[in-house]
Amino acid sequence: MIDLIGREVVDVFLSNFWSIGAFYTLALVIVASGILVVLMKNIVHSVLWLAVCFIGMAGLFLTLDADFLAAVQVLVYAGAVCIMVVLGIMVIRRADMKFSNPFNTQVYAAAGVVALVLAVCTFLAVKTEWMVSRARVPENTVEPIATLLLSKYVVPFEVAAVLLLVALIGALLIAREVKTDANTGSQAD
Amino acid sequence: MQIPVVKLIDPVTMLSIGPAHYVILSAVLFCIGLFGVLAKRNAIMVLICIELMLNAVNINLVAFSKYVTPADFIGQIFAIFVITVAAAEVGLGLAIIIAIYRNKVSVNLDDFDLLKW
Repeated sequence: MIDLIGREVVDVFLSNFWSIGAFYTLALVIVASGILVVLMKNIVHSVLWLAVCFIGMAGLFLTLDADFLAAVQVLVYAGAVCIMVVLGIMVIRRADMKFSNPFNTQVYAAAGVVALVLAVCTFLAVKTEWMVSRARVPENTVEPIATLLLSKYVVPFEVAAVLLLVALIGALLIAREVKTDANTGSQAD
Repeated sequence: MQIPVVKLIDPVTMLSIGPAHYVILSAVLFCIGLFGVLAKRNAIMVLICIELMLNAVNINLVAFSKYVTPADFIGQIFAIFVITVAAAEVGLGLAIIIAIYRNKVSVNLDDFDLLKW
C-alpha cells in the first residue's frame, strides 16, 4: 500500500498531519454548508447553514494564523449578521415558510456562468507559480493589527467608523414607517 | 507547457497546503454565492449570497496575508474593512427590502419593477 502511494507522499502527510486534516475538514464543512444555504427550501434553514459556514470560516482563519480575525468573524458574521437577517425574515412574514426560498427562471444560465468562472479561477490558481514568503506570521497578531490600524491605516479606520454611523442612520431613515394621509392618500412624513 | 490538471491531482501537491488551495476553496465559495445571487428569487436570499461572496474574498485576503506578507498584516486589515462594509451593507439592504415590502407586499425580486420603463 505504501509502495503504491509512494514514500514521499506518506512523509508529507505525516509531517503536517494536523494542518492537512484541518484544511480539508474545514473546506468540506464550508463548501457543504454553502451549497445547503443555496439549496434549502426554507429560508430560515438557509440562514442556519449560513451560520455554520461562517463558523467554519473562522476555523479556516485559525489555520491561517489570524486568530483576531477568527474572533471578529464569529462575533460579527455568526453573531450579528445572521441574527439581523433572521430578524428581517421574521418582520417580512409570509403565510408558509416551507417554500420561502424559490429559484427563478434563469437557473441553467446561472449555472453556466458559475461553471465558467469556477473553471477559469481554478485553472489560473493551479497554473500560477506562487511566490511564498519564508517569514512566519508573528505569534501575537492583535497588537500589530491595533498599532497599524491606529497609525498607518488611521484614515481608513475613521472612514469606516463614519461609514457605520451613516449606515445606521440611513437604515433607520429608510425603514421608518411612512405615515400616509388618510384623506388625500398622499404620503406625508 | 505544463498541464495544470496533472499537477492538481498529484498527491504531494494536494497534501502540501499552499496559497493555491485557499484560492480554489474561495473560488468555489464565491461561485456558490454567485449562483445564489443569479438564480434566487427572494431578495433576502440574494443578500445572504452576497455575504457568502464577500466571505470568499476574505479567505483570499487572509491567505495572501499569511503566505505573501506575513509580517505586514495588510491582508488581515483589508479583511477587517471588508467585514465592516459587509455589516453596513446587510443593515442597509435589509432596511431597503423592508421598505419595499411595505409598498409592494412582496420580497420577490421579479416584482421589483418600479424602474422598468
